[in-house]
Amino acid sequence: MPLFLNEDQTMLADTAREFLAEAAPVDHLRALRDADDATGFDRDLWAKFAEMGFTGMMVPEAAGGLGLGHVEAGIVLEEIGRNLSPSPFLATSVAAVAALTGTAPGERWLPEIAAGKTVAALAIDERAKHGDSVALRAERSGNGFRLSGTKQFVAHGHVADLILVVARTAGDANDADGLTLFALPADTPGLTADPRRLVDSSIAARLTLDGVEVDGDAVIGDVDDGRTALTRLLSAARTGAAAESLGVGDGAMTRTIDYLRQRKQFGQTIGSFQALQHRAAHLYAEMEVARAAVLKAQQLLDDASSDADVAVSVAKAMAGMAMTLSVQESVQMHGGIGMTDAADIGFFMKRARVLTEMFGDIGYHSDRVARAGGY
Amino acid sequence: MTDLAQFRADTRAWLEENCPPSMREPVQSDKDVTWGGRNPTYANPDQKLWLDRMAARGWTVPDWPNAYGGGGLSPAEAKILREEMASLGARNPLYSFGISMLGPALLKYGTEEQKQEHLPKIVRGEIRWCQGYSEPGAGSDLAGLQTSAVDDGDDFIVNGQKVWTSYADKADWIFCLVRTDRTTKQAGISFLLFDMATPGITTRPIKLISGNSPFCETFFDDVRVPKANLVGQRDKGWDVAKYLLGHEREMISGMGTTGNGPLIARAVETIGLDTQGRLADPMLRAAIATFDVRARAFAAMSERFRDELKANRAHPAQPSMMKYVGTELNKTRHELLMASGGSDLLEWDSADSHQGAAPRAWLRTKANSIEGGTSEIQLNIVARRILDLPTQ
Repeated sequence: MPLFLNEDQTMLADTAREFLAEAAPVDHLRALRDADDATGFDRDLWAKFAEMGFTGMMVPEAAGGLGLGHVEAGIVLEEIGRNLSPSPFLATSVAAVAALTGTAPGERWLPEIAAGKTVAALAIDERAKHGDSVALRAERSGNGFRLSGTKQFVAHGHVADLILVVARTAGDANDADGLTLFALPADTPGLTADPRRLVDSSIAARLTLDGVEVDGDAVIGDVDDGRTALTRLLSAARTGAAAESLGVGDGAMTRTIDYLRQRKQFGQTIGSFQALQHRAAHLYAEMEVARAAVLKAQQLLDDASSDADVAVSVAKAMAGMAMTLSVQESVQMHGGIGMTDAADIGFFMKRARVLTEMFGDIGYHSDRVARAGGY
Repeated sequence: MTDLAQFRADTRAWLEENCPPSMREPVQSDKDVTWGGRNPTYANPDQKLWLDRMAARGWTVPDWPNAYGGGGLSPAEAKILREEMASLGARNPLYSFGISMLGPALLKYGTEEQKQEHLPKIVRGEIRWCQGYSEPGAGSDLAGLQTSAVDDGDDFIVNGQKVWTSYADKADWIFCLVRTDRTTKQAGISFLLFDMATPGITTRPIKLISGNSPFCETFFDDVRVPKANLVGQRDKGWDVAKYLLGHEREMISGMGTTGNGPLIARAVETIGLDTQGRLADPMLRAAIATFDVRARAFAAMSERFRDELKANRAHPAQPSMMKYVGTELNKTRHELLMASGGSDLLEWDSADSHQGAAPRAWLRTKANSIEGGTSEIQLNIVARRILDLPTQ
């Protein structure tokens, strides 16, 4: 399979680009922020996602979706990134769908997600840095489990209908095994969400689970062996975040190159200065390399290849590096105007910081690549 | 089974059968590299066997047409052959500027006679080519070249000097940029082919910081070249030159994808692993891991670039981006390799060190971001031609 988008995927990219630029450009985010919106995204926009078929694009056709893959989801995420469009798409339609597909709870939730009726959130992190340890406990209780512990950095966790919670059913916090993944309805008693507005104006919740009772049928996959489902979830989330990162990086870079073509100093367009040309060209190269790494990971995931796991970490780390460079260079090359709230470029820097931390930062994923390489 | 799956199975079986075991070992030093030519040198007879077997199928140049001795493979088949060779660890059977540089230019600009004459010999590794581009006064400003070709009946008479001519002292033929019109710059350049055995040519190796001499100075003193050896039109050689440079940059960018196995193996051997299986030097481990991510990402970029090239979807200036990233990565790789080997890798001529193969290779990589157009020239090209940034 060639490592570029096929005809159908190119058409989807055109559609997604047009749709998000029209329905949710950066001004849309600015308006939500200025209104101090408490949801974190616009439900009308989410309804449009459902009309477009985006909410269920990765849901199997039998469950009311389009049965598409990671490449296609990434196309939409890149446009979400380019426009900084606030949306629960990554958590709901990509990560949660990847985890739920082929499981018993999926039969209940996947049609709801495809129809745009269910928003999902991912309760993974327990500390300020994403890592592999899980302390939140799920003890057997009657026909089900009792969950107790805390989670943080749960995007849309205060308004989601469904929370996917990774919990420990055996062993100690740092054990690789003994995990179980739960599909928890958000209205389950004992679950409280404390929403916090983040630097990029998105809202993430700190969750407290205080003896939350769930039925056994809420288990995604197998008890004590949630690693398989969790890997599907995290691979989708990481690759998706990497695709969104490409959009953020590309959106910032495109604005900056336009600015270099227009801004004049010393009687010349500043884009004619070699010092700036070389920085812009270097940035372009980094973004191109990151784009290839992300597409490679998406294709390998869609092929269910055993090489996908490392490729996912390469994609998340490389996209993080390229996006970080892009937003930093963009503010610098915009000069003073880049520091103003009136200019859009600062929004890109803020979103980039959040995306870098999501599902493992550059260091976390570089470490994973090293471990996979035996050093 | 689909046709491609069948092709993969057949290719794998053929490689298993025909690639000698010693040709599945990593290249240790320059001597292990097969260049072919009229006076070939082989460190191991298997090199010749492997070359001849691959050349017989045209697989030294899988995607050239059968009519010129190539493999005639489709892009998808050529990709499968590359993947299967990589998975076996099979060495490249033939390194050749004829394959990576001249051939593509001849396919696009050569006459039918020129293609018939030169391409099959390139495929079989019978003629080794060198490149006459840079001059003492024309480096980054290549179009300022002054080597002249003066019209003399059926011939041109060539006079002048080239520099950085890779392996000119070992090459059989040269593709050479010459000036046929002094009144203009780019529009006065022509592209000539000639035999290095022609009277009037002398070469002088240049000793580099590596102690080796891969490059030469090349002098032309009334060298007589038949006009039939002109590629493209007279005074239009700059088009051929630029097209060829794109392929040269693509070739050089391949240095970014040579694999991280030797680097990691060296680091583990020298430094060791801690109880958690991590390289015991955390600072070096972090530097290698960052490089590893970038190198793997660049491998994906190379795959994408090649696929786009074959599908005619690549931006014509994209080889400049590839060359820039690939060469900078390769320099980093060798810096990390030297750091991983510590004082073991400082030995310059001991047998243990394969006569200082590692430090000499490390020093050689410093030219990667200079030869074929410096990193700065590549960034200029990307800025102007891809990003469309203004000249003033």
